[in-house]
Formats: sequence, C-alpha cells, structure tokens
Amino acid sequence: MKTMIAFWSILKKDILNYYLKPPNISWGIIFPLSWTLMQLMRSEGNLGIVELLPGLMAMSVLFGTTSMLAVTITFERKGRSFDRLLLAPISISILVVAKILGAILFGIINAFIPVIFAAFFIDLSRINWGLTIVAIIFIAVTSALMGLLIAVSAKEVFEAQTLSNFFRFPMLFLCGLFVPLDKLPVVLKPLSFILPLTYGTDILNGSVTGNSVFSAIINFVVMLAFVILLFYLCQRNIKKKWIL
Amino acid sequence: MEIIKVTHLKKTYGDVEAVNNISFSIEQGEIFGFLGPNGAGKTSIINMMIGLSRPTGGHIMIDGIDAIKDIKKVQKIIGIVPDENNLYDEMNGFENLCFCASLYGMRKKEREKRATELLKQFNLLKASRRPFKTYSKGMKRKLTIAAGIIHDPKIIFLDEPTTGIDVESARQIRELILDLKKQGKTIFLTTHYIEEAERICDRIAFIVNGKIVKTGTVNELMENAESEHKINLVLDNNITGSRAELENQFPNYKIKMVGDNSCLIISQERIALSPLLQLLDSKGISVYEAKAIKPSLEDVFVKVTGIEAVQLRIEREKLGT
Repeated sequence: MKTMIAFWSILKKDILNYYLKPPNISWGIIFPLSWTLMQLMRSEGNLGIVELLPGLMAMSVLFGTTSMLAVTITFERKGRSFDRLLLAPISISILVVAKILGAILFGIINAFIPVIFAAFFIDLSRINWGLTIVAIIFIAVTSALMGLLIAVSAKEVFEAQTLSNFFRFPMLFLCGLFVPLDKLPVVLKPLSFILPLTYGTDILNGSVTGNSVFSAIINFVVMLAFVILLFYLCQRNIKKKWIL
Repeated sequence: MEIIKVTHLKKTYGDVEAVNNISFSIEQGEIFGFLGPNGAGKTSIINMMIGLSRPTGGHIMIDGIDAIKDIKKVQKIIGIVPDENNLYDEMNGFENLCFCASLYGMRKKEREKRATELLKQFNLLKASRRPFKTYSKGMKRKLTIAAGIIHDPKIIFLDEPTTGIDVESARQIRELILDLKKQGKTIFLTTHYIEEAERICDRIAFIVNGKIVKTGTVNELMENAESEHKINLVLDNNITGSRAELENQFPNYKIKMVGDNSCLIISQERIALSPLLQLLDSKGISVYEAKAIKPSLEDVFVKVTGIEAVQLRIEREKLGT
C-alpha cells in the first residue's frame, strides 16, 4: 500500500507538473495535426486517410513519449530533485514504472488525436480497435523506455533532446512508414528489423489497413521482448550511472 | 547505544581516493558532526550512507541494518537534507512537503496534518501556498529540512544545513536541529563552519582528504590543545620600553605585543599574575584587564589538520555567507 501511494504520487506529480502544462498539450495536438496535413499534401490526394493513419499514430506516440520523458528526467537530475526519488524507500523498478507511465499515457492520448480528426472524414468501423490499442500501448511503452534510456545517458537537457532526435528520426525512416519494408535498400533492411517501431507500425498497418508484413503474434512477441530488454537496460543503467 | 557504525569505508573515483578507510560510530540521540573543508570527502561519506553512492569497500550498519545490502530498509528510517535545496520549483511549500511525505507512503490526511505542523514549526505557514521558486534562500533551506523530516525519521542526515543562508535563518536552523535532538533524533551533520560544529555537536570528527584525523567531544578535542597558557593584558600605556626588563625578570614567559596597549603573555606553566602586575605598576603602567585566553576549536582544528581556518572562511565566503 505504501509503495502504491508513492507510485501514484510520482505519476500524479509528473502529469500535473509536466504533461498537463499548456505547451505540452498544444504540442500534443499541433504535432500530429501537422504530420497529417504534411502527409496529405505529399500524397496529392492519391493516398487515403486510412492508409495514413497507422504512420501518423505511430509517429504521434513516438514523439509524444520520448520528447517529454527524456527532457523532464534530465531536468530533475540537474536540479537534483530526482535524488529525492532515488532516496525514497521504493524499488528502482517501481520508480521506473512510475516515471514512464506518465509518458506512456501522454503518448497514447497523442496517438488518438489523428484518429479523432480522421473520424470526421472517413468510416473507421472496419478498424480492428483491439489490436490497434494493444499496438499503441506497446509502441508507447517501448518509446518511453527508450526515452528513459536516453535520459540516463544525458547530463544536460539539450543533450537529451539531441540524443532523442538521433534515435527518433532514423527510426521513422527505417520502420516502414515512409518506405515499405520490402522496398528498403538491402543494407538498411537489417537495421529496420532491430527497431521496435517497425513491429509496432506493422501491427497498426495490419489492424487499420489489413496489410502487414509479419503476423500479429510475431509482432507482439518481438515487441514484448523489446519491452523486457529495454526495462532491464533502464534498471541496470540507472543503478550503474545514477548510484555512483 | 550505537545506532550507526561505519567500518573501513572506502570510495575511489578512478585514481582518486575520496574516502580513505574511515571508521566511526554514532550513539543514539547524539549530534555527530563532520568538520572539514570542501573536497574533504564529507558528502561522499553521506552519499554512501544514504544509498546515493556505492562504497568501494567497508561496511555501514544503520540501526542494525546492513546499509550496503539493504538500503531500501534503511531509507525508511532516515531523513536526508542534501547540501542543495532540491525541492520542486513549480510546486508550493505545502505541495512539496505532501509530495515528500507520500514517497514514504503516508496517507493524504496524515501527510497534510504533518505538513501543516512543520510549516507552522518552521515559520513558513504564510508562504505555504507560494511556489518554492519564489522563496528566499533561508526559506528554501528551512523547507528542505522540513521535507527531510516529514516522515518523522529516527536518524537525520544534514549536509551543510546552514551553508549559503543569512545569519538569522542559520540561527533558526541551529535551534531546530537542537529541538530535533531533544525529540530523541540522532543527527549526522557535515559542516565547514567551526563555530556551528562547536555550538551544536556532541561529538565532532575532523575530516581532511578523505580521512578522519581526530574525533571527540568539544572538550576532549580542546584538552589536547591546552598545552600553553595565555593571558591577555590590557594596559593604560605602551609597554614597548619595559618589554626587555619584563623578559629578563620572567624568562619563562613569552611576550607578544597585540596592538598599542595590549600584550599577550604565553607560558608552558601557569602564569603568576601578582609579580607581573607589581613590576608593571613600578613602571607606572596600570593594568585595566587581564583575561585568560582559552584555545578555540578553530585553534584545535588548525593544529590537528594543518589547514588554516582562513581557508574555511574563504570557502564560506565563496558560498555566499
């Protein structure tokens, strides 16, 4: 019970102090909206909104989760308020989950903004919502854990931002969003297979448009493996780098 | 009863030995102080004891718990006030205290009651709804201390509690520390203010270059320093002309001029005042005041560590006090 009180407090503080601040709310709306418009203009009307949705949702989650988490943790580390959390009588695992949960929720909400816009123009009843929601959650969790990994490595806020972009943009171009996986150059293909976003996007493609490269089971197993691996790495790096 | 026992503690960063094989123990209910200049290893030792740093070697037992193996258990019974005020700028005083209380699993009603009590005790109730970032340095320090004791810990670690704040706030904080001792808390504090250590600590350890060079109560530390007897004489006239005669008459006394009309008599044995006064009187010099000079903790610190107290003062000035 005591752990739950601490867990909930950390989550609530992050949501109130960071995620619900006006700049972040507007960022959460403006960013997915810009991506939607950009894609529509690029396609010159040849691409349907349904085909755009998986990519837009994936991008919104990726940017929504990683952008805030890495920056806020680095900020708290620099001001040493993060030490308070490390000194609290709760395990590192609980602390990690409490810190990433805010980012995960923020990412999930971001993912549904393009869906809300799309709902005004097209019929979304054919989408497999169960699969879509699970895929969004998996993308949000892996992205948040990657954000945390970046935060552990960065000392300054600008460093966290630079490192985030270093991971995010290559991931966007290699995950099959802009260029289908089978059309990627041979040299880059192996890289796309080691990115969690590739599998998350593939599940979304399957659930929204019915076209996926891998079966849903394979995608989920790989995503789960990524979650376990990233969680382990986060915990290990926190102990190694933050408890000197 | 020993509540903290540290044995052969070591910490190295690469080739640098920050903490070099130190051992000490702290009794329940006492205020134990680490006194030393910046970079002496004080914060490194505290960080290892509270779980923010891993020792390279040695053992730490806190209230019967192995602090290296089971730090989360230890963290339940300790309160920590770091050397920097690390509360949340965006949150107000009350919210900050309630948040810190929740980290120890305190329920809403309980934490709100305790936060209000502490805000009252620390004279911060009026400012409790203002964001932390708008507080003065002294107020920030007081709220940081309140946050450290919100869960009513058995042992409190205070790292440089009065550094960087005004004289009045520092005085209030020292009073609060003494109040905590009265409540039966064990307090471990680090400071580079000699006067502060002398005023509030039951026992003091001098720490230099990661080593404890001397430990004891203020009286115990002073005892060894009292190898010389000193008396300061305030006179109505300058004695420069009579100094040679004084030295001839009293060859065991060293005479040091301190200003125009004042001198210091130094001797390895007790100083007999009567013959001195008689001689000065015969020279037509009246003695207005004779005062025995006791060594201060600062003298002991300088003698034991070889570090000039001036160095500590310069550091203090750098920190803005």
